[in-house]
Amino acid sequence: MSSLRFTEQALSDWMRCGGSHSEIVISSRMRIARNLEHLPFPLLASAEQSEEVMKQLAPVFQGEAAADFGSFQLLKLDELDELDKKVLVEKHLISPNLANDSRGGAVILNEDESVSIMINEEDHLRIQCLFPGLQVREAWVRATAIDDIFEGSVNYAFDDRRGYLTSCPTNVGTGLRASVMVHLPALVMTHQINRILSAVNQVGLTVRGIYGEGSEAVGNIFQISNQITLGQTENEIIENLHSVVTQIIEHERNARERLLADSALRITDRIKRSYGILSYAAVMELKESAQRLSDLRLGVDLGILEGPPISVLNELNVKTQPGFLQKMFGDEMTATERDMYRAKLLRETLGSQH
Amino acid sequence: MLCQECGVKPATLHFTKIVNGEKTEFHICESCAREKGELIPGTAGGFSIHSLLSGLLDLEGAGKEKNAAAQTVQGLRCENCGMTYSQFSKLGRFGCSSCYKYFDSTLDPLFRRVHGSTAHVGKLPKRAGAQIMCKRKIDELKQELQQSIAEEEFETAAELRDQIRKLEKEMPQE
Repeated sequence: MSSLRFTEQALSDWMRCGGSHSEIVISSRMRIARNLEHLPFPLLASAEQSEEVMKQLAPVFQGEAAADFGSFQLLKLDELDELDKKVLVEKHLISPNLANDSRGGAVILNEDESVSIMINEEDHLRIQCLFPGLQVREAWVRATAIDDIFEGSVNYAFDDRRGYLTSCPTNVGTGLRASVMVHLPALVMTHQINRILSAVNQVGLTVRGIYGEGSEAVGNIFQISNQITLGQTENEIIENLHSVVTQIIEHERNARERLLADSALRITDRIKRSYGILSYAAVMELKESAQRLSDLRLGVDLGILEGPPISVLNELNVKTQPGFLQKMFGDEMTATERDMYRAKLLRETLGSQH
Repeated sequence: MLCQECGVKPATLHFTKIVNGEKTEFHICESCAREKGELIPGTAGGFSIHSLLSGLLDLEGAGKEKNAAAQTVQGLRCENCGMTYSQFSKLGRFGCSSCYKYFDSTLDPLFRRVHGSTAHVGKLPKRAGAQIMCKRKIDELKQELQQSIAEEEFETAAELRDQIRKLEKEMPQE
């Protein structure tokens, strides 16, 4: 399975085109959690029950109803090798949870990888739509349409008071987790980030690292998502997120302008040093490469650097992850070897951009 | 600073653990932390939303009031999947959708804490939705009816009562 199409390319097709505010917003994601009536949630399901879930859900998106959304392919997790799973996680196409604990787990992906449907994750069904830039409304329209197709074929666990019933009490109600991935280097540099993030928490949103729960924010990339799923309509959740993210974009823009006005020389020096180091270093740890790629992204947006294009930087963010490096340069690698190959990849990609 | 466990690798994790009011500081490297299985906030596989939730749910831990009510709650059991309330409070996750019904009496405070609310107002599944939509409308009208009785607007109240009766008759059956 190592020649899997989904794990060969670092960038999903959807990431190649920008979407709005793409210099700050990397992507918008909708995730809808649903469960089937009567069957126990994956946490308690027996092998036969997981199989039954698969039997009910898998054919839905290979039928005619889904043809409007492109052609879909089903990948069973226990048929994938460890490295392919890792790469799918690094591309945000499956959750670490599905990759690590996938009893009867599967993912259904469309061609451009903008739709990813997980089966037997924490819930029986998790529909995920990823769009580039700030497109939360558009991503919701797609996700809810896919939800409707499933609902046409299966009976969801639904309660008129509690809404869609989920395994974790934090998802009950709408089952909707709407999130936006943002790059906020100027707010970090000007030490405003903590103030902004705590304000975000006060309006029912939460901030995490880019690989979800428990992960650290690397390269100044943050994931902002709704915390509340019960007692608000999907529309309210999405509009709240949209409006908060729009304000954060505004703050980030102001901070960037101020950085340029107050310390243009220092910021230019920092960005160009990062470009130099990425283009010539022989060993590069992930944390440093994420930080320096963040500098490059800022440099391109501020006009301090002419290249590389943002899509190349997005691609490098994925390709420099451990799974992808191993996929490209060989399965077995020590941490030091990974750092060497990461440097090699960065040199080769960025060196040609000078 | 070197890791206080292995003394070889540099300590990258620094945290304070408080157990029964006793404070202990730790400076360890990541591999030792993983081996020891320490629950470290912000690291994958350690602290999770589920452990936080189970903290919220643990009635015994909360007040140490082993009164009859708490005992009854701990004894609740989902007849569909077999999960007990005490398992639920440890795992922070339901076993199946019927758990919501069997643990219902305990859920309002939990949902209020997590979501600030206890009732769903969002999307409805289309098939089951027609009936729910009708129920919601009836509930709304009933509230208006109470209001109009309180304000002694009996003519409006009578109209509302008729509307409610009509909707109840028309309500699609499951």
